[in-house]
Amino acid sequence: MSEEQIRSLERQFDERIARDEKIEPKDWMPEKYRKTHIRQMSQHAHSEIVGMLPEGNWISRAPSLRRKVALLAKVQDEAGHGLYLYSATETLGISREEMYEQLHTGKAKYSSIFNYPTISWADMGAVGWLVDGAAIINQVPLCNTSYGPYARAMIRVCKEESFHQRQGFEIMMKLANGSPEQKDMAQDALNRWWWPSLMMLGPTDAESIHTEQSMKWKLKRKSNDDLRQQFIDQTVPQAELIGLTIPDPDLKWNEERQSYDFGEINWDEFWQVVKGHGPMNKHRMKARVGAWEEGAWVRDAAMAHAEKKQERKQKEAV
Amino acid sequence: MKNQNLYNYILGIADNSLILGQRMGELCGHGPSLETDIACTNISLDLFGQVRSYFQYAAKIAGDGRTEDDIAMLRKERDYKNVLLVEQPNTNFAYTLGRQFLFDVYHLAFLKELQKSTDLTLSAIANKCVKEVSYHERFSSDWIKRLGDGTAESKAKMQDAINDLWTYTDELFHQTEADKAMVEEGFGVDVTRLKEAYYTEINQVLEEATLTIPESKYFQKGGKEGIHTEHLGYLLAELQYMQRAYPNMEW
Amino acid sequence: MKNWPLWEVFVRSKNGLEHRHCGSLHAADEDMALENARDVYTRRSEGVSIWVVKSSNITASNPDNNGELFEPAHDKVYRHPTFYELPDEVKHM
Repeated sequence: MSEEQIRSLERQFDERIARDEKIEPKDWMPEKYRKTHIRQMSQHAHSEIVGMLPEGNWISRAPSLRRKVALLAKVQDEAGHGLYLYSATETLGISREEMYEQLHTGKAKYSSIFNYPTISWADMGAVGWLVDGAAIINQVPLCNTSYGPYARAMIRVCKEESFHQRQGFEIMMKLANGSPEQKDMAQDALNRWWWPSLMMLGPTDAESIHTEQSMKWKLKRKSNDDLRQQFIDQTVPQAELIGLTIPDPDLKWNEERQSYDFGEINWDEFWQVVKGHGPMNKHRMKARVGAWEEGAWVRDAAMAHAEKKQERKQKEAV
Repeated sequence: MKNQNLYNYILGIADNSLILGQRMGELCGHGPSLETDIACTNISLDLFGQVRSYFQYAAKIAGDGRTEDDIAMLRKERDYKNVLLVEQPNTNFAYTLGRQFLFDVYHLAFLKELQKSTDLTLSAIANKCVKEVSYHERFSSDWIKRLGDGTAESKAKMQDAINDLWTYTDELFHQTEADKAMVEEGFGVDVTRLKEAYYTEINQVLEEATLTIPESKYFQKGGKEGIHTEHLGYLLAELQYMQRAYPNMEW
Repeated sequence: MKNWPLWEVFVRSKNGLEHRHCGSLHAADEDMALENARDVYTRRSEGVSIWVVKSSNITASNPDNNGELFEPAHDKVYRHPTFYELPDEVKHM
């Protein structure tokens, strides 16, 4: 194809997206569209899978049976969501195994928030309330993204995730209304998770690459800073409602903007964690790589058995 | 307590599901594939669901203000009545599935009998559980066949697991004095009558899986009387941690 | 060793409705594919029947041929009831 033909195809492609048409796997697409989607979708899938670990850490110690089943179901959903997203990404011509390889070798990223440790039961509340809260803000607009399989996966994910944030908030609420010790536990968790949750919505617009292109392809509908503001504005009243204090002395309602002003985010910490030097980066990767490698003989056995079964069937047929 | 025997009997049944559910839950996030991970968590969720039905019933019988959580998490090790089999650790996937399979075959046969219990609540719980456990048994026996008749490595691992876990199978059919009393009252299941069919079925699956049926006649028991293997203490330490560290609080 | 192949999953949400594609998954064989589909795609009682099909067994039309495949149908308006005129008095037909 000549360069001019490609440019013409690209123009038509962009027009289709602008008309809100969906792109499907076998449609022609610019190479950059394909690559960008593989990167973002696999990163999203990795985040679900790595995200199972900090919460999985408390399944065996959940304080009641009701909490235990809710947490188990939630962490299981994350596995499901990872699976939907990996499957959707596979339609772009990359296998799940290749994506795992990229995760395990550090070539692919996942959400940095999961590199913080979950050290108390209240962290299950904070993660559900804040981390899932921030994730939902990011995810809801993706239900309408231009790539069909991604949009469909996100519709499923968003529908299922509706209970996740409630699950977390309920834990926090119960603690905040509980004994002084429980309330301290809740406040401590909020103190530790608040800033990482704000960072989770991504670097400031000034520092964010890819944004313009992503907006055009509907991979992103709002800028990071707008999403962050939305998250803060919706979360602060929730904290007040249950009597917890947001750990930001500069947080103040701005009557003119009808929004909260907030303090400076420690972006050095953010970049340190992104670059692999957060408290749990190495530990999380070790757990993922470990599960994959220890599972190799199981996956191999299942394939070997399937082939034997197939052969037996064919012999019987003859 | 008026119904001390019934109360103890329910705990004996429920503890098996509780401890096995806890073991299966440990795997969440660490399975050999995403699909398998999700499947194992489903089994764990089924088991915890059963536990809650049993303990809610037990709490009602006890009638002394204890909740399902008090019963699940605030007993001493010697007061847990689960069989030794279910507390064995997730040494590797072959042990996990081997344990599941050896228990599922018993569990299903047990529940089918419990459906006939003259205690209507127990029989209603059994009705619901039978469907769940039928699926567990299909799932675990399919995996035994896959791993046994898979690669040389998987066969060796599966055989090791079956050999090691075999010693805990006989206890499933051991009848305590309390069990006998419950059978006489028509509430309980006579587990001794399940034994023959159990080994027939187990052996059939093992054969199909091209595995060797262990010949050892030396068996371990004690769980039903609260004398456990060393593994249970650690499991309970995690299960009970929050309730012990923060007593008398609501979560 | 070979990786588990990809399967497409179709679920009938209730009797009377058709099976609909709901996603895909990995499994070593058809039995496992069915079990995995049950565990992954019907956790919230989404279905009463499942089909699984190995993805590699699906033959798909090529969107490059969409013009010749689908556009010829666009002008066959006489296949639709609205093509035909009816007097207002005939309310239902």
